[in-house]
Amino acid sequence: MAAASSASGAAGAARGQGLRDVSLTILCAVLVWQMLHLWAGEVALSSPAQTVSRLAALLADPGFWPDVLETATALLWALLIAGVGGLGLGTLLGVHRLSGQVAEPLLVAVYALPKITLYPLILLIFGLGMSAKVAFGAIHGIIPVTLFTLNAVRNIRPVHMKTARVMRLTPWQALRGVWVPAALPEIVTGQRIGFALTLLGVLLGEMFSSQRGLGFTIMNAIGLNDVPLIMAIALLLAIFAVVTSSLLLALERRLGARG
Amino acid sequence: MTSALWIRFALVVGSVLLLEVLCRTGVIQPVTMIPPSRMASGLIGLFQNGKVYPPLVKTMGNVATAFVLSVGVGFLMGLLIHAFPRVRRALDPFLASYYAVPFFVFYPLLIVIFGMNDLPIVVIGFLFGVVAMLLNTLNGLDRVARVLLKTGRVLRMGRVRTALQIRLPAAAPYLLTGVKLSVAYSFIGVIASEFILSGAGLGYTIAYAFNNFDNLTMYSLMLLVLVIVVAINSVLHVWEQRMLRQRGLLRQG
Repeated sequence: MAAASSASGAAGAARGQGLRDVSLTILCAVLVWQMLHLWAGEVALSSPAQTVSRLAALLADPGFWPDVLETATALLWALLIAGVGGLGLGTLLGVHRLSGQVAEPLLVAVYALPKITLYPLILLIFGLGMSAKVAFGAIHGIIPVTLFTLNAVRNIRPVHMKTARVMRLTPWQALRGVWVPAALPEIVTGQRIGFALTLLGVLLGEMFSSQRGLGFTIMNAIGLNDVPLIMAIALLLAIFAVVTSSLLLALERRLGARG
Repeated sequence: MTSALWIRFALVVGSVLLLEVLCRTGVIQPVTMIPPSRMASGLIGLFQNGKVYPPLVKTMGNVATAFVLSVGVGFLMGLLIHAFPRVRRALDPFLASYYAVPFFVFYPLLIVIFGMNDLPIVVIGFLFGVVAMLLNTLNGLDRVARVLLKTGRVLRMGRVRTALQIRLPAAAPYLLTGVKLSVAYSFIGVIASEFILSGAGLGYTIAYAFNNFDNLTMYSLMLLVLVIVVAINSVLHVWEQRMLRQRGLLRQG
């Protein structure tokens, strides 16, 4: 937070520098990767150049896209359930104080649980296939979204709500003018963390007992020890994860700076 | 507060009882789920015939190593990165999206580097835990009140004394949050990689039981993991609450 405010204070020049620093970080990561490749050898870790060319070949291969589509569909549904469901549940628990108090420690306990232990249960309920993946992704994501929304709504400062009452705002005006702007930054944080965990959940679901999708392709590649393929998919997933997460982070900073 | 405690207790007991009744009456088929009482008796059986000990010891050992490593390294890296704001700004987007990258993918690579032993699993658990500690260390150091640091300067305290007597105690609640998350993430990393990739430990034993339709063993061990994680978290939670209360930081609920 302090870094964000100081960054926005230093304005445009700092932004150029920030971009350069991020590129430098990526460059360093690629260098470390190359060195690891030289040290560990071809069988363990493909080089950055090999991986990128393998990824390009994969993306040009029409046989690869059904797996991407499968994972993307599962992720989208899981995100929808986690994002909307968590938002609703969190708001409810945040507004109603007692149920929030009752539910929060339970949610925290479930959050800390290695949910993969519950995956057999989900498989037994939903059967193999899309719905099990969606359910597994959604239970990973919905808890942080709920927790963050709950705290965002509960932590709206009483003086803000009093002001709304004093100014005789209608419930709709109060919602639009006070509640949403006050709670939004933290809600976006929750959605960002929910996104990361949902992706993790969907991939874990695909890696165990699945027949399609990127997770399944990775497990296949692990079985065949096809290192360039493993690395190419890992790179694809990492880029997707970092880009989406950074966009949400930028949104969060903008909202935080405005509020 | 106490009424919330009672409602929560009643809620948990009620759901377990409901589950028991649903399973006993056959609404939930035994191929899907077995009654909680049978899970508990199955677990006691596993302890009596000693089958639970080898995977339990293995998993707990791996989690403990991963946890200690991630807290130590995460704390030190947090200190280091906090000292260089520019490095921190450059790393920020990567740290924020760290948990979206599935590390299990690197298991084959880790086997080649560390060999066919427990080390790859410990490393995955460590990779999961370390950034939670790092982020919370940064957060804690950010929140040290300026007035405390000014007081330190006025009293002409040296850097070391400032760090030990002002920064560390002021950041302690946030560090404890990091520790709490590190435990959880070490568990998740270790058990998930056992589950998917390895050939030993609690995670593997659960997956093995699932593949063999051995629901009794599977649910008994799930119950065991649940109890262990909840127990560790409750202890840390109580400790955290006490620390927050001492500092008057506890939110009025």
